[in-house]
This record gives sequence, C-alpha cells and structure tokens, in this order.
Amino acid sequence: MKFLCVECDRQMQFEERQLPGDGTLAAAFRCPTCGRVVALLTNPMETQLVASLGVKIGGTTLPPQPMETVRGMVTTGRDDAFEDGKGETGKGNSPLPAWSREAQERLARVPNFVRGMVKKIYLDYAKDRGIAEITPAVMDTARTELGLEGM
Amino acid sequence: MSLNIRTYRDLTEPDRSGLVNQIAAQRRRVADRLATVRRVVAVLSGKGGVGKSFVTAGLACALARSGRATGVLDADFNGPTAPQLLHLPVSRCTLHEDGIKPLVSAEGVRCFSMALLLEDGRPLAFRGPETEGHVWRETLEAAALREFLADVAWGALDELLVDLPPGVQRFQELTELLPVPPAGLAVTIPTRESRDAVRRALRAAIDRRATPLGVVENMVGGPFAGSAADELAAEFGLPVLARIPWHPTPDIWDALATRIGAASPERA
Repeated sequence: MKFLCVECDRQMQFEERQLPGDGTLAAAFRCPTCGRVVALLTNPMETQLVASLGVKIGGTTLPPQPMETVRGMVTTGRDDAFEDGKGETGKGNSPLPAWSREAQERLARVPNFVRGMVKKIYLDYAKDRGIAEITPAVMDTARTELGLEGM
Repeated sequence: MSLNIRTYRDLTEPDRSGLVNQIAAQRRRVADRLATVRRVVAVLSGKGGVGKSFVTAGLACALARSGRATGVLDADFNGPTAPQLLHLPVSRCTLHEDGIKPLVSAEGVRCFSMALLLEDGRPLAFRGPETEGHVWRETLEAAALREFLADVAWGALDELLVDLPPGVQRFQELTELLPVPPAGLAVTIPTRESRDAVRRALRAAIDRRATPLGVVENMVGGPFAGSAADELAAEFGLPVLARIPWHPTPDIWDALATRIGAASPERA
C-alpha cells in the first residue's frame, strides 16, 4: 500500500496513525513536495485484516513480543495461560516506573491472557522515555505511538 | 483525459510503514528459530479422523526414546489434542527472553499446542468484527502458526513434527512460512475414501515441493477394509512406513521411528 501525490508525482510519506477505538483506523500521509496530507480510513474489516497479518501501518518501534498476535487477538484464552519466567521487564537496571491508581484500574480491565504482555509494553515504553509514572494519558500516547490496537 | 499515474512498483522510496519489510522480518524470525531444527515433518492426510494426532504422538515418543530430540507442534488450533496424547497436563506457559518454553513429556518430547492456551471447553475465538469473519479468521490462524514456529523456544531438534488439521490449507500456510519445504508423512486408514483424500493431500505436498517420506496406514485390522497405503505407495513411489493396528505396541512405534530416523539428513 503506497500513496502517490499525482500532482507532484511524489510518493507520499506516512505521517501519523490514529485509532478511534471503534475498530477503525486512520493513517495520514503527506506529500514531501507540496505538503498535502491525505488520510487513509479503514473500516473494521480492513483494520482487522491488516492486524491479522501481524503488521502495522506506519511501522512499529516495538520489538516483537512472544505470541503477540495470539495473545492480543484470542478471546477465549485461559487467564493463567502465561507466566513470566523473569522479572517485570527485561530492559536495563533503572527503577521500574510507578503506576497511577487510574492506570492500574485500566490495566486491570485488560484480560489476564494478554495483561502481562501489555504491562511489559507500557513499562518498556515508560522506561525508554524516562517516564516515572504511568498514567492513562501515558497509556494513550503509547497506544498511538506504538500502534497498540485494542490494548 | 486519463492521468499518467505511476504504479506501485514504480514507487521505490522507503516509507515508514514498510509492510513488506515487516512480513520479511516475520519470516526471518521463523527461519532463525528453526535454524537449530534439522527437519520439519508435516504429518498430513487431507482427511479427518484417520489418526494423524495419534500417529504423531506415538511416533514422537518413539523418536525421543531412540535418542532423537523431538518436538510436536500441534497445528490443529480448533481441535488440539497433542498434550493429552503425550500425557502432558495443561499448565502455564513460561515466558523467557528467548521465547515461550514448550512443555516436555516424560519421554522428552517438546510440545506446544493451542490446548495449552484455551479455556477448558471453549472454542478458539478471536477479537474482531462479528460479520464476515471468514475474511480474516484464516489469516489469524496462519499468524498463530507463525508464532508457534517462531516464538516457542524449540531449541535444537532432530525432528519437529507438525500435526496438521484435516485439509491442505494449514499445510500450505506451513510451507509459506518455512525457509525450506518440510518433509511430509502421510497418514491414511485402509479405506478407498481415505486413499482418495490422502492422494489429494500428497499431491498438494509435492506441488509445494515437500519431500514425502512415506505412508503410514492406521487402524489396520479393524472394521476398515481396503489397501489405501499400498495403493498410495505404488502411485507415488513411496514406502509404506508402518501399519498401525488398533492397539499398537511400543515396538510398532519404535520400528516407525527407526525408519523415519534413517531417512533423516545427516547431522552436521
């Protein structure tokens, strides 16, 4: 999938991705010559098909998590299917970011089947950016930046 | 007036999405994981109910008893039975830096199965739009197969047996994911109906450049009459590797394991 600015005859570049939360996706692409921005809007079916391939429009900076598609998409998984064989997060030795009460409540609403993976992603995100406390706002930003569809 | 628009392949600038590169990276992860697996053997039939999973488990245990490092990937996501057949209790899957630890049977067979992940008695179900699920469901199952191959810490194996569901679709997905085509082990029961279904599966395997090892005839000596294994063997120029009776003794499996092991590529 590529976008061409016909007027400038230039390949448009990915700019931003947004997840409205209703199963759809919006991705903006900008022409490097004229600056025109167009938005790709996918319906839930199209969004799901892309997610099913395990790829993300706009790419991702996240290293792949073990079985991230299975853990993120299966709805009938056992709550206790996975356990960590190591510490909370494998990155560095700096202290773990704290979780605000609201962020903890939000994390608690994530099904157990995928919660461990989601928690690690947010922790790594916060640690990488020197964020001391994970709040719902941090989680929202991470979701958008990292393309955590449905997390 | 029509526009003179360049087409997809004309546009070669790098873009941040890099969807093709993301797919390529997924394939590399599979190849990297399987670099320590000497041979992937797809256990196939094209027909349900012939005992692929039973044969897979019996063969895996015999291979392990003979000293071969053996894994079983249960690729039947909608009817997974490998843990039960290997007498493995359903327990938590442990996440490590290098992947998910497979369960290990008493004989030493490493196993991973959707049965380890699903709630008891619940079918495999995915998050997604409620309508037209057929559009994306198979894609998700192919992604699950990819993750079972790439994200389970299989370690060094002589054989990774892939227990396929009926039909040829999962086999085709498997061949697309693997860096080299797998070996194929065809399982049939003696009947003509089974022969016809397995013939299609074998043909599909050959079309995908898989290397058929031979035919195993299961449920021999029971109510199913016919000579499917002999006929398939003659048609495809393959050996009949085993005839499995209703109540096989360990020596039957051991003989099959010896034949499978003998057909294995040499250790590097």
